[in-house]
Amino acid sequence: MIFSRAKQLREAGVLGLNERNTDYIMRLNPRRLFPRVDDKALTKELAIAAGMAVPELYGIISNQGEAREFGAIVGERDSFVVKPAQGSGGDGILVITGRSVRRRNSFRLSSGVMISEAEIAHHISNIVSGQYSLSGNPDKALIEYCVRFDPVFAEVSYQGVPDIRVIVYRGYPTMAMVRLPTRASDGKANLHQGAVGAGIDMSTGETLAGVLDNEVVDEHPDTGALVSGLHIPHWDFILQSSARGYDVTELGYLGVDMVIDRELGPLILEMNARPGLNIQIANCTGLATRIARIDEIYDDKATYAVRARVARTEFPAERQTSILFDV
Amino acid sequence: MKQQYVFGLAALLAILGLSVFAYKWQVLGFPVSKNQETSVWTIESSISFDSGPGSIKVNLLIPTLTPGFRMLNENSVSRGYGFGLNYGSGGRQAQWAIRRANGPQTIYYRISVYEDARADQSDTTPPFPPPPAINEPFKTAVDVIVADVKEHSADTVSFTSELLRRMNNPSPGPNVELLISSAGTRTDFVDSITKILAAARIPARMVHGIELKRRQRNAEMLTWLEVHDGDRWHYFDPMTGDQGLPESFLIWWRGNEPLINVEGGNNVQVGFAVQENHLAAVEIAETKTAQKGANAIDFSLYSLPIQTQAVYSVLLMVPIGALIMVFLRNLIGIDAFGTFMPVLIALAFRETKLFWGVVLFTTLVALGLVIRFLLERLRLLLVPRLSAVLIVVVLLMLIISLVSHRLGMETGLSVALFPMVIIAMTIERMSVVWEERGATEAIRAGLGSLIVAITAYVFMGMQWLEHLIFTFPELLLVVLAIVLLVGRYTGYRLLELSRFKALAGQ
Repeated sequence: MIFSRAKQLREAGVLGLNERNTDYIMRLNPRRLFPRVDDKALTKELAIAAGMAVPELYGIISNQGEAREFGAIVGERDSFVVKPAQGSGGDGILVITGRSVRRRNSFRLSSGVMISEAEIAHHISNIVSGQYSLSGNPDKALIEYCVRFDPVFAEVSYQGVPDIRVIVYRGYPTMAMVRLPTRASDGKANLHQGAVGAGIDMSTGETLAGVLDNEVVDEHPDTGALVSGLHIPHWDFILQSSARGYDVTELGYLGVDMVIDRELGPLILEMNARPGLNIQIANCTGLATRIARIDEIYDDKATYAVRARVARTEFPAERQTSILFDV
Repeated sequence: MKQQYVFGLAALLAILGLSVFAYKWQVLGFPVSKNQETSVWTIESSISFDSGPGSIKVNLLIPTLTPGFRMLNENSVSRGYGFGLNYGSGGRQAQWAIRRANGPQTIYYRISVYEDARADQSDTTPPFPPPPAINEPFKTAVDVIVADVKEHSADTVSFTSELLRRMNNPSPGPNVELLISSAGTRTDFVDSITKILAAARIPARMVHGIELKRRQRNAEMLTWLEVHDGDRWHYFDPMTGDQGLPESFLIWWRGNEPLINVEGGNNVQVGFAVQENHLAAVEIAETKTAQKGANAIDFSLYSLPIQTQAVYSVLLMVPIGALIMVFLRNLIGIDAFGTFMPVLIALAFRETKLFWGVVLFTTLVALGLVIRFLLERLRLLLVPRLSAVLIVVVLLMLIISLVSHRLGMETGLSVALFPMVIIAMTIERMSVVWEERGATEAIRAGLGSLIVAITAYVFMGMQWLEHLIFTFPELLLVVLAIVLLVGRYTGYRLLELSRFKALAGQ
């Protein structure tokens, strides 16, 4: 039973955690390159230097004393995001979508809850002291532009910002999904926290069925709208940007997270040196098969535009008829 | 490429660990199971005599080859005497000498042996004995008997049996009667049998030994007959003709030389006392190793002070806990807080025992979490908050101890054995996960930690395993090899099989 299941998964080209860690992360992602993605301030810097689109940075708070100065950084802006530079898995991110008209020091979270300026300052000081950092070391808090997401996902997300995760293997976009916040995920686009992930057809940029807690779902649990069949705008640009993510970070096994702003278009939110494996469930396809294909056609002189085009031609989604719903 | 290095290194470590283990186990005799005890027999021979006027020399034959037994040690107690061991024609002998002594003297020779079925020390093949010079009328009697017995036997063994049967016949023929009439003691009787066998050109000799029974103050020295058939020695009971030695028979000396010879003394008395002790097989192995001069003992944990030994017997189980952790994490896929937190909790469980350990741990973490959530409202900075949690954990431990003591439940006192820093960090991590990822995730990982801790506890508490690792620490190299191999395991984790079940069978 166990072995036959393992054999089935092996045949379906499913990548496991152990294999991802030993064969891909340890081999293709040298540790010295990790800061390029683990420190979001540095990522942003590199991306801007390469001329890529990122959410505008309002300011960085890197020690406790400055925590109270965030009001000055924010100014009169109504919406912004506070995030730890070295956070993982979306922990410690505060999304402010508005503020009280009369009492300007009272802010509204994406969930609708009001939060005081002092509470935000406390949160920032927690971030700075390293509560959310991967290593527990002192960290920096980034305050940046809050993306106003494109209406394409309005029907299939509950608050928060849906984002697009692209796995880039040796510079080639390999697999993609869109992560849709739910009530359970508290507006966060993180599958661990209960967000819905929907696979994306690499050739057309159209969403496939979704996955929630490792189970395949068709509808968004809160809005009830169909997750599949959405056409993601700027798909070419998204593929090219993620392919460029490799040029910037040099990480051979990379996850690129992007959001689509209704005015600014796709922006790179962050990159990840240890992208999760749920994307396989969302796409109903194993990563190993596609990785093997990329190893076959790999060309180290290919430009990002060429690599993005290869992804479109090589990895069209298998139609949804192949998905088993009796799980 | 790298894969092969890892396999090579793992194989090297495993082979190294296993071969040292095998050497210590098979050659040095370190026991693989804990309660392995061996009977150690101490035989004390006391020699008492009245000293004469001049110098005194005492010669005592002592065990040389002892099938079924191995010697642990030997010593002599003899005040003022010079003592030495040497080889004589009758085997090993102990020698005492003194220039002058007054009055009755008693000297002791003590030997300790332990049973070892593998101790099959066989003697060399003896030459055919020359025909003994026997006077008439005995010579004719011997010749007749030998010729007659030969008629009724096929080989050396059957010849001996047949001869013994005739010699012990209640109504023997006149020839036999003539031969045994002069044999007053059992020893004389066996001696005359060896002479008849010698006349038949069969190498034979007397074997003298003691039956090792529970405890004897005055053990009897028994004489047995030993016959060589050209291949190996056979033992016979001279009185019944039965083959084989009695059970637990320690051969003291062979041949017809006298056991004791005292020059310059008279009224010689020799007595044997037997005592049985039970020694842990480990101690025997150590003594033996020390005698061999092997270096292994120098690196054995048994050479450390007892208290340090107690510490290491626990510490050496930590790698086992780590191995369990590796299995559960990388092969099964259970999530837990902190890499080695569950192992440390399992160590604490050793003292508190499982049920109370789980109860106390859960109580402590639950109470800690409640207080941690209250602290969250105070909006403290990270390090002060962690310190506050730590202090609260210490206070909670104190309260639990006091309350359970009041209620008469002494097990509650063992809460003090929990690693408080680890618990404080667990509470902190758990509360962050709780807030960020929700209660389900936090409780799931908390339960995962508990499952790992319990599993590790079960394995780390196995007495035989603890003994095995303590006696053979080189087995940790094998553990290391396994960990290295798992470190290169790229297959699925067990829980991934259900996680990715939607992708199976397409």
